[in-house]
Amino acid sequence: MARLLLCTMISLLAATPAFAMHISEGILPFSWAVVWYLAVAPFVALGVKRLNALAREDLSLKPLVGLLAAVVFIISCMPIPVPTAGTCSHPCGTGVAAILVGPLVSVVIAAVALLIQALFLAHGGLSTLGANTFSMGVIGSLVGWLAFRGVRRMGGSLAVSGFIAGLLADWGTYAATSLILASGIRGDAPLLPLFSKVVLAFIPTQLPLGILEGVITAGMVTLLYRKRPDLLVKMRVITEKELPSHA
Amino acid sequence: MPERKRKWKILLLHMIILPTLFFGVYFFSLAPKSWEGVDEAVVEKIAKEHGREAKAPLIDPGSGDLLLFAFLVAGAVGGFAAGYYWRDLTRKR
Repeated sequence: MARLLLCTMISLLAATPAFAMHISEGILPFSWAVVWYLAVAPFVALGVKRLNALAREDLSLKPLVGLLAAVVFIISCMPIPVPTAGTCSHPCGTGVAAILVGPLVSVVIAAVALLIQALFLAHGGLSTLGANTFSMGVIGSLVGWLAFRGVRRMGGSLAVSGFIAGLLADWGTYAATSLILASGIRGDAPLLPLFSKVVLAFIPTQLPLGILEGVITAGMVTLLYRKRPDLLVKMRVITEKELPSHA
Repeated sequence: MPERKRKWKILLLHMIILPTLFFGVYFFSLAPKSWEGVDEAVVEKIAKEHGREAKAPLIDPGSGDLLLFAFLVAGAVGGFAAGYYWRDLTRKR
């Protein structure tokens, strides 16, 4: 527990002001900011309920969720230069969180990570916290989790399923960000052209970064399978039948 | 099943290698870039075109080298601690 806390503290301290995709403070009109807060509230409430239910079954899941929150916090404010676009952006990390602890708990993780970033790193903002949590937390987690489960059901390996989950979670997040931004700032302008404009502007940076997020997600899931398959069983990612023979 | 697996692997390999080569060509052939974040390059730019501008954050982390120094120290301490505990994280059970 002390080690996990230490890791979390270090992760928080090691973060730098980031170049990121979160919608900055003040960009969305007040009414839209409220809409996204209301939209995200039920998911956060259900996530907290789910986390408490999981903790009642096995208390050791809570520190794991804390560690995952630190991972999502770092991944989602880690600026990565993309040579094709000449800009920096970051993966989201909610794909891997959703795979490991489920989409609802992943929403809570994203909300906490984004709140700390908004408060201390000028990354995103308090007025846009609902919108950012909706895109990265709700959409990123749900898309990643559904993709992972879907590909696994079709017989895909952990690596392939993880890759596709990470890739789609990232692209889904940015598609949602585009929609949120376009609907918030459009005024009287038509929604679709503005949405397309934002998506097209994101593509040079996020197309390759999505692939990178897929690789990171596949790598993390595969590493856990090789080193700590017991954790994957505990988090119901794999069944006991799928444990490697040496485990 | 092995044939299907092989196809997946080839597809994945292409999805990784082709963009990598693409980046490599771009990286060495284009003029220096600004490397600003997409929040500035996309979100704030398009929002500004539609009359919405970003506001100052509630807690401003400021600018200058002090913050950089703080992060450098935190990174160094964190690096040593993570290195020390790495064995625990990767130990097989």
